[in-house]
Amino acid sequence: MLQGHQTWVFDSKPVISGCAAVGGPFESNSALADDFDRLNEDLWLGQDSFEKAEKKLMEQACEIAIKKAGTKKEDVQFFLSGDLINQITSSSFTARTLGVPYLGIYGACSSSMEGLALASLLVDSKFAKNALAATSSHNAACEKQYRYPTEYGAQKPPTAQWTVTGSGAALVSQEGEGPRVVCATIGRVVDMGLSDPFNMGGAMAPAAVETITAHIRDMRLELSYYDLIATGDLGRVGHEIAVELLTKHGISVPKDKFTDCGILLYKEDQPVFSGGSGCACAAVTTYGHLVNRMKKGELKKVLIIATGALLSPMSYQQKESIPCVAHAVSLEM
Amino acid sequence: MSSKKKKNLTPTQQQYQQIAKSKEPKRPILLNSIKAFLVGGLICVIGQAIKMGFIHYFEFTEETAGNPTIAVLIFISTLLTSFGVYDYIAQWAGAGTAVPVTGFANTVTSAALEHRTEGFVLGVGGNMFKIAGPVIVFGVFSAFVVAIIKLTIEALGGI
Amino acid sequence: MDKFIWAFIIGGAICVIGQLLMDGLKLTPAHTMCTFVVTGAVLGGLGLYEPFIKFAGAGASVPISSFGYSLVKGALQEAEKTGIVGVLTGIFEVTSAGISAAIIFGFISSLFFRPKG
Repeated sequence: MLQGHQTWVFDSKPVISGCAAVGGPFESNSALADDFDRLNEDLWLGQDSFEKAEKKLMEQACEIAIKKAGTKKEDVQFFLSGDLINQITSSSFTARTLGVPYLGIYGACSSSMEGLALASLLVDSKFAKNALAATSSHNAACEKQYRYPTEYGAQKPPTAQWTVTGSGAALVSQEGEGPRVVCATIGRVVDMGLSDPFNMGGAMAPAAVETITAHIRDMRLELSYYDLIATGDLGRVGHEIAVELLTKHGISVPKDKFTDCGILLYKEDQPVFSGGSGCACAAVTTYGHLVNRMKKGELKKVLIIATGALLSPMSYQQKESIPCVAHAVSLEM
Repeated sequence: MSSKKKKNLTPTQQQYQQIAKSKEPKRPILLNSIKAFLVGGLICVIGQAIKMGFIHYFEFTEETAGNPTIAVLIFISTLLTSFGVYDYIAQWAGAGTAVPVTGFANTVTSAALEHRTEGFVLGVGGNMFKIAGPVIVFGVFSAFVVAIIKLTIEALGGI
Repeated sequence: MDKFIWAFIIGGAICVIGQLLMDGLKLTPAHTMCTFVVTGAVLGGLGLYEPFIKFAGAGASVPISSFGYSLVKGALQEAEKTGIVGVLTGIFEVTSAGISAAIIFGFISSLFFRPKG
């Protein structure tokens, strides 16, 4: 049901009956390594190319999520997925393997929550019994496509971020055990004229703030309602900006509850500059660590705001600025 | 350049950009410059040693030893790139590894390695000069312009 | 011995200029390299690069700016011999070693190595 201007409230509270977080070698050393369902030692996953490796990551995540839900892929009505590779081939090729009716989506790094929101919409409206939402990213494939070849010696500035090699998948169902999806706020595209592809956090922060503001307004609550509020991948730089912007807009930010998946994921000594990024950042942190904490009873109400930068290598070369979007999903145990 | 862009921004955008700029961790320019100086200087010293080696042991002259020196440096850079260590050195050294001819070799090799997955013709062959291409294009074009200008001036009686 | 010292100082100084372009003006590495090459070509045309190499040795011949100088040198040398067509036929003559080496070694490494990520 629509609430306010841009929020969906799911009356039947669809349940995440199974979810999975899969990672690569760098993630094996991360702060949240224990919350991954599977960690791969080889960046290539035994495949011929980084792009094929990313597809394999997504296949792993989907398989594990469906298995954890105690169901079979034949019982999943729809598969919603997006990623960063050109023409979202990781998603479409995974859909080929799964054989589930496929809806490809693209929200850059906000794809995880975009997918989760849409999957919940399908299940809540009874247009699906089970809908699988997934996303993935691969550090090397992303660098190759958006920036420079991985062995190229370009010095990255402190505002740069590290793309997560991983995949997160969540099976949303009408019945089952697990965190429930309460509502979702769909974000507007926001562009503050920033154009530095090595400072995504700075570009995305306004979009996150816009969506959080819309969520609070539509749901008529305060951020203190939640036990934890996590943005997707603003990183240290973007996160700080977001806190300042929210405060400027008169929204009180409970500092100990407001965090960012890109900051949570990696350890201090890992060379990730401002923090993690990529579609998988929000996905693996949410479907691994945060869901585990909810299941243990440490968190009851969580708001995830996945943020995406909607640039392409070509738009950057054509001197365009970076439009961004953020989608928020509220989970309750 | 930036002021022209600023004119097209709304006041909200301009205001936000100021906030974003204030939160941006400053690049450690001084530290980076020192590192670049050290590594760049070192690479040139190595180049000088190689050049002298060619002059004394291989009967090259001061003039002709330049080319094989560059070839050796390129070989070393290609090897370091292939072993996956060049990018780590470069993250530390910045322009110290990018400005010498080693940087040029690194762009070619890294692109070649990366795009092998797309095949040798379209992948390696087609992408090898992805980053180095501009250097060659602008180098050749500017050399052409400079040469033509110089020849024209000389033909007109010289300056 | 002092050849080495000047090579170190001049080579390092040129890299510092590059670092300032990248960090201060926020130029990409490709833009920075192009700036150096064009500068090298212009200085070569003005006859300033050759004495620079004589003085600083590898400190001037190793940075990518010497690539621009070599292109101009090749063009002018050939033009002296064969007239204005020499500008086209001679441009790559001096730099052949650099470009050929980069292509050959780059291609060979793609045969045997994979990126490490």
